[in-house]
Amino acid sequence: MAQTVKIKVTVNGKQYEREVEPRLLLSDFIRHDLGLTGTHVGCEHGLCGACTVLMDGEAVRSCTIFAVQADGHEIQTVESLGTPDNLHPIQQAFIEKHALQCGFCTPGFLMTLVDYLGDNPNPTEEEIREAIDGNFCRCTGYFNIIEAVKLAAQKMASH
Amino acid sequence: MKPAPFEYYAPTSVEEALATLQTLGYDGKVLAGGQSLIPAMNFRMARPAALVDLNKVNELFYIKPTSDGGLAIGTMTRDSVVEKDPLVAERFPIVPYVVKHIAHPQIRNRGTFGGAIAHADPAAQIPALSVALNARFLVRKQGGERWVNAEDFFMGPFMTVLEPEEMLAEVVLPPMAKGSGASYQQVSRQKGGYAQAAVISVVVVDENKRCKDARVVLFSVGETPILSQTAPKILVGNVPTAEAIAEVAEKISKEEVDPGTDIHGTAEYRRHLVKVLVRRGLTEAFERAK
Amino acid sequence: MAGKYVHQSILRLEDPELITGNVQFLDDIELPGMLHAAFKRSDYAHARIKSIDVSEARKLPGVIGVYTAEDFGDYIKPGPLQVPPPTAIKGATYVARTTMPIAKDKVRFAGEPVAIVIAESRYIAEDACDLIYVDYEPLEAVVDLEKALQPGSPLVHEDLPSNEAGHVRQERGSWEQAVKEADLVIKRKFFINRNAGAAMENRGIIVQWDKHAKQMTIWCGTQSVIALRNQTAARLGLFESQVRVITPNTGGGFGPKINTSLPDDVLITYLAMKLDRPIKWFEDRRENFLATTSERDQVHYCELAVKRDGTIVGLKDFFYHNTGAYNPYMMTVPLNTQTHTVTNYRVPNFLTEFYVVFTNQMIVTPVRGAGRQYGVFVMERMLDAAARELGMSPVEIRRKNLLPANAYPYYTSIIGQDFVEGVLDSGDYPTSFQKTLELIEYDKFVNEVQPKLRAQGKKVGIGVACFSEGTGVGPYEGARVTVGGNGKVVVTTGYTSQGQAHYTTFAQIVADQLGVDVKDVKVITGDTGYFGWGAGTFASRGITVAGTATHLAAQKVRQKALKLASKILEAPEEELELADGVVRVADIPSKFISLGDLATLANPMRGTMEPGTEPGLEAVAYYGPPYGATGAGAVGLIVEVDPETMQVSLEKMAFVHDCGTPVNPMVVDGQIHGGIQMGIGDAFYEELIYDENGQLVTASFMDYLFPQATDMPKKLVLGHMETPSPLNPLGIKGVGEAGAIPIPSVFTQAVENALQETGVEFDRDTLSPSRIFTYVQQAKGA
Repeated sequence: MAQTVKIKVTVNGKQYEREVEPRLLLSDFIRHDLGLTGTHVGCEHGLCGACTVLMDGEAVRSCTIFAVQADGHEIQTVESLGTPDNLHPIQQAFIEKHALQCGFCTPGFLMTLVDYLGDNPNPTEEEIREAIDGNFCRCTGYFNIIEAVKLAAQKMASH
Repeated sequence: MKPAPFEYYAPTSVEEALATLQTLGYDGKVLAGGQSLIPAMNFRMARPAALVDLNKVNELFYIKPTSDGGLAIGTMTRDSVVEKDPLVAERFPIVPYVVKHIAHPQIRNRGTFGGAIAHADPAAQIPALSVALNARFLVRKQGGERWVNAEDFFMGPFMTVLEPEEMLAEVVLPPMAKGSGASYQQVSRQKGGYAQAAVISVVVVDENKRCKDARVVLFSVGETPILSQTAPKILVGNVPTAEAIAEVAEKISKEEVDPGTDIHGTAEYRRHLVKVLVRRGLTEAFERAK
Repeated sequence: MAGKYVHQSILRLEDPELITGNVQFLDDIELPGMLHAAFKRSDYAHARIKSIDVSEARKLPGVIGVYTAEDFGDYIKPGPLQVPPPTAIKGATYVARTTMPIAKDKVRFAGEPVAIVIAESRYIAEDACDLIYVDYEPLEAVVDLEKALQPGSPLVHEDLPSNEAGHVRQERGSWEQAVKEADLVIKRKFFINRNAGAAMENRGIIVQWDKHAKQMTIWCGTQSVIALRNQTAARLGLFESQVRVITPNTGGGFGPKINTSLPDDVLITYLAMKLDRPIKWFEDRRENFLATTSERDQVHYCELAVKRDGTIVGLKDFFYHNTGAYNPYMMTVPLNTQTHTVTNYRVPNFLTEFYVVFTNQMIVTPVRGAGRQYGVFVMERMLDAAARELGMSPVEIRRKNLLPANAYPYYTSIIGQDFVEGVLDSGDYPTSFQKTLELIEYDKFVNEVQPKLRAQGKKVGIGVACFSEGTGVGPYEGARVTVGGNGKVVVTTGYTSQGQAHYTTFAQIVADQLGVDVKDVKVITGDTGYFGWGAGTFASRGITVAGTATHLAAQKVRQKALKLASKILEAPEEELELADGVVRVADIPSKFISLGDLATLANPMRGTMEPGTEPGLEAVAYYGPPYGATGAGAVGLIVEVDPETMQVSLEKMAFVHDCGTPVNPMVVDGQIHGGIQMGIGDAFYEELIYDENGQLVTASFMDYLFPQATDMPKKLVLGHMETPSPLNPLGIKGVGEAGAIPIPSVFTQAVENALQETGVEFDRDTLSPSRIFTYVQQAKGA
């Protein structure tokens, strides 16, 4: 029988206790064990950024962290941001600037940006590009995402 | 792309970690930030029998000033913490600048300073940085410890002097000498990507602008970080001229590096990059030296 | 053609749910009792399978079954052709060696499946793959495109006399004559590399068989639900009605997801029935690189016959096209290359000929652009070469040869991927070219900016290129528009969506016809349970073909509504209008009936239905164009090259595009943006590289360079033109692939221009700095 480890993780403010195999990736844990499927998986080797979540407030890639390592930590996923009727300003900005097409990479961008704009409320365009450089998008060419980040920064400043 | 099974240990103290490593011997592998190891495990290119996860060893996360003006960095200190730490920026301005070039923000939030050193990827920044800054490493095992100079630590690609039961515990950066200047030059295909060639230059000049020391460390162009022997030979004792710098660059690119041809560049191109980057790096480092 | 909604940049209706994670992508689906599949894949590009030992794998706890070709018996055979052979082209020859669902006796590319594991979890399934031992007899791999056709080359398919998979030769006018008339014949050879589609969501499939209802449900992010349903039903001996294919939200397509009868859908449908358990396979990134289809390498030998003044008298292009180990998609990609070589310029004499070649590499099928960019690349490169040799500017030679604005319809005499003669339906190429020159400030750059920067030692360069894109080809698509009793409208189509905003743009079309709020139009795509006819998402044909079918269906519903309302409101149809969700008498706004009430009345529960009428406020329409609508445009690019490291910085890009009526201009811009990114990848970063043994050495994002935000041009200016297509009522042309098409051409020209003083000339795409360095070294040595 494979070893399992008991973990306690807080995800989007809710505490979960689960028995997991040590090799279970945090991305699979969030998606398949907890059913929070807003986080997506695009490469499983830490390059594409689709699986980005916040761990204790910092953007990390959930495909290169084991679920056991989340024990005692706080995770935030896209489900913690807004709802269709009450969108987070970054989500609102993405919609207004047509910064998503297929939407698969978008949750990763959002979580990266929640962390980034929290620390850097007034970034230059060059800084924005660097901030999202670890998130791949195949649909938008990033142009509208960059515009959306500028708009989101404005929206968050006036909040 | 799911990792193979492994046994998992999550010690909460250095003592416990060392005891676990001692017991596991060759089966044990330290898990630090995991940003290189876990992808390799997902590809099943790495299949450690057991992982000793240091992420719960709180005593390994720190940046402390040393009384001589240097720094002691706990092995588990995240790259992003080093990158943003005001004391690091004050004492070693080159460090955050180099660290910023490591992959992307999400990776730096997880990757660790010591982990990168112990991993010894020949294309990684921090091993080269530690050589350039003349760092010393505290290596511990159950019931013992030793100090290793960065220069003596790296044995080959992904190979170091660490024994299976040992652990890199602390990195000590001696203070930058008065009159020192540093520069980082890298060429990679994309921002955050592996360098095709890179050089960290740390020089020291006296009040007459004469070069007292020149540590020029190349990486991604050989099996380990390469500390140039040529640079101090030509430069020390003289006021550096453009010609002297060009000569150093030429000699290093011809004699001291051994880049291979890979899918992103020919050996000839990368050797050429070394020449260009050494020249640019030394010029910048001397300009900054004060 | 503008309406209340059509031609308006309304925000996407699908976004609020999509951006909050309230949608379902394939891997989000969990079914009770679901099993997971993983493939054991070949380590060799070319080898005979001597034996496969699965005994240890079968014993692993959690493993339900391990299967090799042997276990499937006669079920394993090459799949059907996904595209028929081009019999319309005189003299075209071909052989078909279609995809093997699982290797039998021999593997033909690294990554080809040799066994499939079904287990309780993907983790266990992968563990079991590690316990499968295959004894191979390695064979020499066929890797090099040109060597593959030489006598004595190893054979990918040993029952064939050579590795030739097909041959097409088409000529208009006479090349021989062109040579006679020309002052100069310029010869060049070009190499074009392979790219991956690399959608952010990998492929995948979930199959559930209900043995009581005798009903199969397949969830799959396919670009063609109809092909998947029909081929599955035929293979399993089921009626089409017993198989329902549903596309969940899909994370990008870009071509490779069009394919059906691949190992996953062939084997997993069978095993889900056999095991009576739902099965999921979700491809991982490594598998995507190794074994999902990718696109093209080609080698071109090209000759351009010109007059001294730059006038083109003829072009000859002879090329080899790599189709990989199998050719299920026949000749779509090389035919696109062929048709797009001369679509922007007057080329009175054109001879084009290609050989399709089998190699021990993954299968080649379309990826965004689908070979078009290489026709364009060849032509644009030849023009650059001619300009260089004739001492003309790249602008001048293009101006001289561009098709004039009054040339349409322009018959090309060349048969394309849709098996009809290419016809350029509409356009105005000189104006789009001129507009591009203005947006990139060409004259100012060349006369003022560049000399100044060059004097400072900076290597800055500019390029301009033209392109066209044959879009919206047949055969057909269909749509059903239904008004519900709630007054809202549902549109269903067999077309599939991977992020192109069809949920908004189709709704815009319908809302204009029926006078309803666009938010009250729900669009359902890619679900055979709702709509069972169509061809699929390819060739930038969504809005052009399926959108037009939607428009026609909405018009029919409109007619029905007017007719019925006319009776009820006792007013002639001409006096009625549809607006605000009601049909009303235009002059007497108080006299109206809501669409919902009309829909209810349109389904009478008693009485007699009038002969010649159909129930419901519902209609189906199909649309099939005689030939595709051709979009076109031009692009300008300014770059700076570090003269020592050869790093290239994209300073400014100007892109002018004409897709006729843009149903939603915001969405059109987005499509171009994404295409540009893939084009930049193609020009500078992305490359699938095989070594001499046929091993893919770029099977991860560490090695396959995916363009990032910092790789995009610092500044992008878009320009728009609208010459409506006469082929469809809304005047639409496709735009999905446009952005990708001209980028390698313009990039190459701009870098060459930046390094002008070295005399360097490039004969390939994907110019890494190292390659640029090598070219420059050679130019200096020459």
